[in-house]
Amino acid sequence: MSDSSRGQRLRKLVQEIAGKPAPEDEQESLFESGLLDSFALPDLVSAIEKEFAIKVPDSDLNPRKFDSIARMDAYLAEHM
Amino acid sequence: MTAYLHGFGRYLPERVVANSELAERLDRTGEWIESVSGIQERRWAAPETTVADMAVAAAEDCLRKAGVAANTLGMLIVASGSAARGFPGPAAEVAARLRLDSTPAIDLPMASAGSLFGLALAMQITGTKGDVLVVAAEKMSAIIDDDPNTAILFGDGAGAALVSARPGRWRMLDAALHTDGQYREDLAFDGTGPLRMNGLTVILQAARKIPSSITEVLGRQNISAQQVAVFLLHQANLNLLTRVAKSLGVAPEKVFANVQRYGNTSSASMLIAASEWSETNPEPGPVVFSAFGAGFHWGALVAVSGF
Repeated sequence: MSDSSRGQRLRKLVQEIAGKPAPEDEQESLFESGLLDSFALPDLVSAIEKEFAIKVPDSDLNPRKFDSIARMDAYLAEHM
Repeated sequence: MTAYLHGFGRYLPERVVANSELAERLDRTGEWIESVSGIQERRWAAPETTVADMAVAAAEDCLRKAGVAANTLGMLIVASGSAARGFPGPAAEVAARLRLDSTPAIDLPMASAGSLFGLALAMQITGTKGDVLVVAAEKMSAIIDDDPNTAILFGDGAGAALVSARPGRWRMLDAALHTDGQYREDLAFDGTGPLRMNGLTVILQAARKIPSSITEVLGRQNISAQQVAVFLLHQANLNLLTRVAKSLGVAPEKVFANVQRYGNTSSASMLIAASEWSETNPEPGPVVFSAFGAGFHWGALVAVSGF
């Protein structure tokens, strides 16, 4: 279960980058569903860094960590 | 010892493969191909053309433009990730066809970043070895299949650069090279099957590592990105080039792009770009080379006007 505030902020970021509503299902892959493409991923990571005032190190630049709202939320829970 | 770039050369196969030709085969549209890559067409070599054939053509073009005879070279470096044979690599054949029978010729079996690593190596050794010819050649059409995510991207071609300790057009200042082998399976060709690419990982890493290596090398030389006359990057994808420009805070026009016409020619692309750019009466000022590729290997090199 995600932190609801953090989840909402993530949902908003995804929506801004995709230009479409984020999926209701937090587990849904943003890339396999076609909502985001590979070039949106660097934007998404940059937006997360800015929004949550964190630095994602290169060693954490693994697409699986940012594949869904649930996974991004889990990453943030671990690193904030 | 100071090193200089004296000139560049290139070879592109005659056959133009437009998006429309690929679109039908791959069940995609030409518009989709261009939107995800910026590529409108690429060149594919004839079936009988080898990596060495293209490397020799680019080498001869470079030597002619630099006014240097092959038999005066101190070393030959040939980068390729798509050579058909494991060993000997194409360097031996290229040397033989340039009529070199004792000049050391080494292979850099590195896709994409091979030409950058070759330039950086040449910069270090030209003081002791004499003129070094760096060649990068790729026949990517031979190692792709019908996976739309890769088949749309790649083209064939070769580029070359002459590096010398003799004063020349561009003085090479500094290079930053890096490798992180934990991603070695994310972009790979095992010599038999088609190349495999995890596009998400490649783009995510490249989008950060290219700008960071450029910033690293420029910072060491106290040069700002805004002072740079041109960025000559590995031509992977127009969207990536645009993103790099944005990350560096420079106008997209500062990043030379010909990926629209040639596709991604892997290690050859940076030198093909340099060759075309050098013929456009470029404005003086710092020049930055940068590449990222399978390995992952990446880095950047900066040069300034030499005279």
